[in-house]
Amino acid sequence: MTNRKDTLNNLLVPLLSVVMGFVLGAIIMVIFGYNPIDGYSAMINGAFGSSFYIGETLRQATPLILTALGFSVAYNAGFFNIGVAGQALLGWLCSVWVANIFSDLPGLILLPLSILGGVLAGALWAGIAGFLRAYFNTSEVIVTIMLNYTALYTTNYLIRNVLTDSADATPRISEGASLRAGWLTELTSNSTLHAGIFISLAMAIIVWFLMKKTTSGFEIRTVGLNPSAAEYAGMSSKRTIIISMLISGGLAGLGGVMEGLGNFQNIFTQGAMPTIGFDGMAVALLGLSNPVGIIFSAILFGALKIGGNSMPMISGVPTEVVDIVIASIIFFVGANYLIRYFIDKRARVNKGGVK
Amino acid sequence: MDIVQLLQLIVSSSLVYSAPIVLTALGGTFSERSGVVNVGLEGIMVMGAFSSIVFNLTFASAFGDMTPWISALIGGLVGVVFSLIHAVATVNLRADHIISGTVINLMAPALAIFFTRVLYSGAGQTDRITESFGKVTIPLLNRIPIIGDIFFKGTSAPAFAGILIAIICWVVLFKTRFGLRLRSVGEHPQAADTLGINVYLMKYAGVMLSGLLGGMGGAIQAQSISLSFQASTIAGQGFIAMAAMIFGKWNPLGAMGAAIFFGFAQSLGVIGNYIPIIQDIPSVWLQIAPYVITIIVLVGVIGKSEGPAAGGKTYIKSK
Repeated sequence: MTNRKDTLNNLLVPLLSVVMGFVLGAIIMVIFGYNPIDGYSAMINGAFGSSFYIGETLRQATPLILTALGFSVAYNAGFFNIGVAGQALLGWLCSVWVANIFSDLPGLILLPLSILGGVLAGALWAGIAGFLRAYFNTSEVIVTIMLNYTALYTTNYLIRNVLTDSADATPRISEGASLRAGWLTELTSNSTLHAGIFISLAMAIIVWFLMKKTTSGFEIRTVGLNPSAAEYAGMSSKRTIIISMLISGGLAGLGGVMEGLGNFQNIFTQGAMPTIGFDGMAVALLGLSNPVGIIFSAILFGALKIGGNSMPMISGVPTEVVDIVIASIIFFVGANYLIRYFIDKRARVNKGGVK
Repeated sequence: MDIVQLLQLIVSSSLVYSAPIVLTALGGTFSERSGVVNVGLEGIMVMGAFSSIVFNLTFASAFGDMTPWISALIGGLVGVVFSLIHAVATVNLRADHIISGTVINLMAPALAIFFTRVLYSGAGQTDRITESFGKVTIPLLNRIPIIGDIFFKGTSAPAFAGILIAIICWVVLFKTRFGLRLRSVGEHPQAADTLGINVYLMKYAGVMLSGLLGGMGGAIQAQSISLSFQASTIAGQGFIAMAAMIFGKWNPLGAMGAAIFFGFAQSLGVIGNYIPIIQDIPSVWLQIAPYVITIIVLVGVIGKSEGPAAGGKTYIKSK
């Protein structure tokens, strides 16, 4: 009985956070003279209004599911992998790199090889932070932040000097390495939706299985809940830290692969960290680091991002409102003590009433 | 270019680039010393940069030469207000410090660009300011032979202000009652509480000081380097400042030294082509240097760097 109540309360936190985020966005729109109903209806239409927009929304959700899954694996082990952005960027870079080097290989070999390249790049980059955390007890938060910017500048340098001859974008990858699928494009009236969505959904199932049904997953969760208890039970916390960071980075790298082989079909120099990193973190936090929750919140954030593009044209509301809503949602999720406090208070009042 | 001219170029551009990092790193030091980890420095800088540019554009005709300085203060004040989000979330609402800091970093650019669009009829960036922190020559000191030419001619006034502020911060943190209380809260809040120190108040003070200094840092960055506000005005300087704070071992003077060194590394990306030897190094090495050095320092290769003991932990007062 209490268990079911807890689950309900746990679900209430993200749901109320989303509601409060939207309300805050509406208040800001009203204050600055925009009509929130026009704004939000433009957003909803721009996210789900036609098969094209639905395709775009799902395409946007595809990498977010993966970066969020990546973040959640480390989070369940008690680590804050703030470096998903950098790992995703390197995954993007290496997938395109591999695809361009071996562009003559048949697609059946080239595509898995390119994906693998991206996954390994992300895994190794996160692995640095995991290794340092395990053996030198350095804060993974700071190390991954520093690795983010290292990845950003290194990627730009490699694009200009190694992948191309001082150009700002690589040539498009060959047909064989592409995740685009004709029938998906047709189904969604020429949207950029690609087959990566199935990889994302499959990974959500695999991560759920890994965390809930395997020994490694159990160890990861145990270390996250109580590292000393895990150590006493004979689990190697060092090994668990490194494994969880490798998996986390690999998933983030796979998120980047979706951009490289699916969405953009190349890589270009970046002015800032790719947004799929921090948005992925937001998705994981809202989805309570649970694969099912992550799928739902990734679709929500995908819809916000894609729908937000239609807001300025149709309702005159600046797109940035979307990011304000996203940031507020995460604020309320993070400050869930506030929501829980009111839920508990209400519960107590209700109990008193019955007696 | 003779050697004195070359050194003058290196010193002055290093100082221009380090001034925002010095101030922001000092801000980070106060926050972390009070036990509140602040990864939101980047976002605070964005708000400081934005508000200073708006103030500068609006009041340049009224304040003339003093405009950038007043704008920097305004940027600092807006930083304080914005940092309150972090303070409320981490101190009262028991939010994870990293999540709250990430919210700050997500929120700031969105809000700032939103306001820019509201204020400047839909444009995503502002006009260029007319009154910026130009290069100044410091009177008297510039007459010292050679040294005067290198350090005090055509140099950055905010950088010297930053160095002065760093010394003041060091005195405040290590030589005053307030500083001792702030540090004790970051090391062992329970003990501090037992001795009658208001833990929550101290944490608020630490975070608000980081808002003030970070906001000023952003304002200086905007008014001396980018000269307008847009999404790319603050691009990683907040995180470099965090790196400087760690490299400086959470000590204001150390943080200042590290910030100047990182400012030097950043400026080399711009002036490196004029300097013999350095022009042969690919610029990527200079760009990633601050980050890589920070990791090396954390691992303990160049002397171990450890933060306040209770950093990042939410203190819940027992009844």
